[in-house]
Amino acid sequence: MDIIIIGLLLGGTYALIAVGLQLQYGVARIMNLANGEILVTGAFGAIWFYTASKLSPIYALIFVVPLAFAVNWAIYSFMMLPLVKRAKNQGQLEVDSILATFGLSFIFIGILLAVFGGEFLAYSYLATPVKILGEPYALNRIAAFLGSVILCVGIYAWLHLTRTGLSLRAVAVNPAAAGLVSINVTRTSALAFALGGAITASGGVLLSMFLTFDASLGVVFTLKALVIVIMGGVSDVRGAILAAFILGLTETAVATLVDPGLTLAAAYVLFIIILLVRPEGLFGRRSS
Amino acid sequence: MQRRQLLIFSTALAVAGSFCLGAANAQGTVKIGVVGPKTGVLASGAAVTHFPPFRLWAHEVNARGGLKLKGGQRKVELIEYDDRSMPGESIKAVERLASVDKVDFIMGVYATGFNLAVAPIFAKYGYPQVTQAAVTDQIETLTKRYPTLFFVQGSTTEFATSAINVLKQLKDAGKIGNRVAAVNVADAFGIELANAGRPLFKKAGFELVYDKSYPLGTQDYSPVIKAAKAANPDAFVAWSYPPDTFGLAEQAKIENLGVKAYYSAVAVAFPAFEKKYGKSAENILGAGGIQDSPAIRDFYKRHKAVTGVDADYWGSPIYYAMTQILTQAFESVGSMDRKAITAYLKSHTFKTHIGELDIRKQRLNKFWTVGQWQNGFFHAVDGVGFDKYAPVNLKTGW
Repeated sequence: MDIIIIGLLLGGTYALIAVGLQLQYGVARIMNLANGEILVTGAFGAIWFYTASKLSPIYALIFVVPLAFAVNWAIYSFMMLPLVKRAKNQGQLEVDSILATFGLSFIFIGILLAVFGGEFLAYSYLATPVKILGEPYALNRIAAFLGSVILCVGIYAWLHLTRTGLSLRAVAVNPAAAGLVSINVTRTSALAFALGGAITASGGVLLSMFLTFDASLGVVFTLKALVIVIMGGVSDVRGAILAAFILGLTETAVATLVDPGLTLAAAYVLFIIILLVRPEGLFGRRSS
Repeated sequence: MQRRQLLIFSTALAVAGSFCLGAANAQGTVKIGVVGPKTGVLASGAAVTHFPPFRLWAHEVNARGGLKLKGGQRKVELIEYDDRSMPGESIKAVERLASVDKVDFIMGVYATGFNLAVAPIFAKYGYPQVTQAAVTDQIETLTKRYPTLFFVQGSTTEFATSAINVLKQLKDAGKIGNRVAAVNVADAFGIELANAGRPLFKKAGFELVYDKSYPLGTQDYSPVIKAAKAANPDAFVAWSYPPDTFGLAEQAKIENLGVKAYYSAVAVAFPAFEKKYGKSAENILGAGGIQDSPAIRDFYKRHKAVTGVDADYWGSPIYYAMTQILTQAFESVGSMDRKAITAYLKSHTFKTHIGELDIRKQRLNKFWTVGQWQNGFFHAVDGVGFDKYAPVNLKTGW
């Protein structure tokens, strides 16, 4: 029971890290290697907000989300769109976008270093135990978990119940065909990219309640997100969510039952198994 | 094409070269090279411990008119390079300082592996390598191989021994039992400390009731802390690195880990640790520690005022003491003659803000190894070579 609860909490954390990238890669076809840096930027925003105002860091979402949305929209329009237009096929776009966003990640790190310095930044918020079935769990992790559940359900519902969501899914399946049925593919992709960035940044806000950040930490999150997105299958957000929770549960089970030293190994074994059995990911479509 | 590139390159080189020469002639500054990580995984530590003490030193030396050398006073100019947390870059930067910038002196680089990596380069160009940020058990071998390498620091085993010694004192006084839960990060320093620690725990009469490692970059420490707690230990020891030191303490607080002694290696001495945990940090033990004195309190004030960064309670004061050692060596020799400076370091003792220090044997004669947060100051409770340490308190809750 203990393992399941801890695993779910960790899975929620991983979902926050990965869902944004899933949208960016699945719909806009941009493999954003600056994903982790955007998350760290969100976290720094929350840390700055909390230390300056002493209000709940949750309120930081009020400015972090629109800001991240606008910045990511701008990144897509000015930096990614020329690549999209130039690319002759999806493979070329992937290579180009990987290189471009890799460079972007260094720009982000540079800006963060210049603004916040290179030190460790952390604060303590809701670091109080809550008893569930007699065992204590951190309130801030539960809050982040609830945040991630709300976010995941919200995104899923939005994608499946609204017209815009439908067009996002259409672009995810086939951008060329989506264009034929009068969907503005460029706008839709920009929307997905911006939304993905906003989700990642809000993930950073929630994670900052219990993780310690420094400007160079982004790559850790990027790697985790990459694994989860590939595991889940690139074209369906459910895959990323499911993969995040599977990963959280596996790591916790291994840490508790076998040895905490093997969590990383377990995560990558799982990754390899899924790639061998279902190369297209858990919810991916087999290419015909 | 190739010839044109060569032409452009050599022109650029000539222009850059003349600029360097011009600058050197005009100001007559003493150029000091500082290499360390400004980006990458090690940057957060270096931003607190490595760069600021040198900047404070340069600021203070220049404020009093510069280094007093034979030809008159000369101001200090720091040339800083980012090694991006990669040993290869560190080597290149040191090469560049020695061969292109032709600096007068190069400070030791940041982190153990990096100092070992650049040691041959320092030796090749004849620069003494005086370093603080290198903790290793190979001091003996290395100083024999490199007669110009100085460790202003202790060895890994000394740090592990000391931590266990503090627990042993508590056990012998009947304040804690003999059950210890030990965890370590599966990375260089963590593994070295854990390996050094295992036989020492046994020798000191402790029983290791839990002994596991966890990978670097773990995001959830609840399985580790839960298992450690289930083993019902009297003391908890983590041979940890910065991110996990924070993560473990957070989880221990949540789980209300009821140990009477809580030790975590690297980063407990960081001001960010005390800032984050406040009262919960009280009586937590960690690597480092400083003896309280008016001179030290003044150092923390100046450090913050000049560099804008809060100094830590392990490396920072020792770094600063190292710059005091070097200042005395430079000024006594009266020039930046590196052979003479090395000879001076090997034959004299130095007055610093933490007392009289001696690196004649190419290693520091006294330093602090274990500290404890007591009332917002990380007091030294154990060390090597000092005769007085602050008393150790028991952890009484979170």
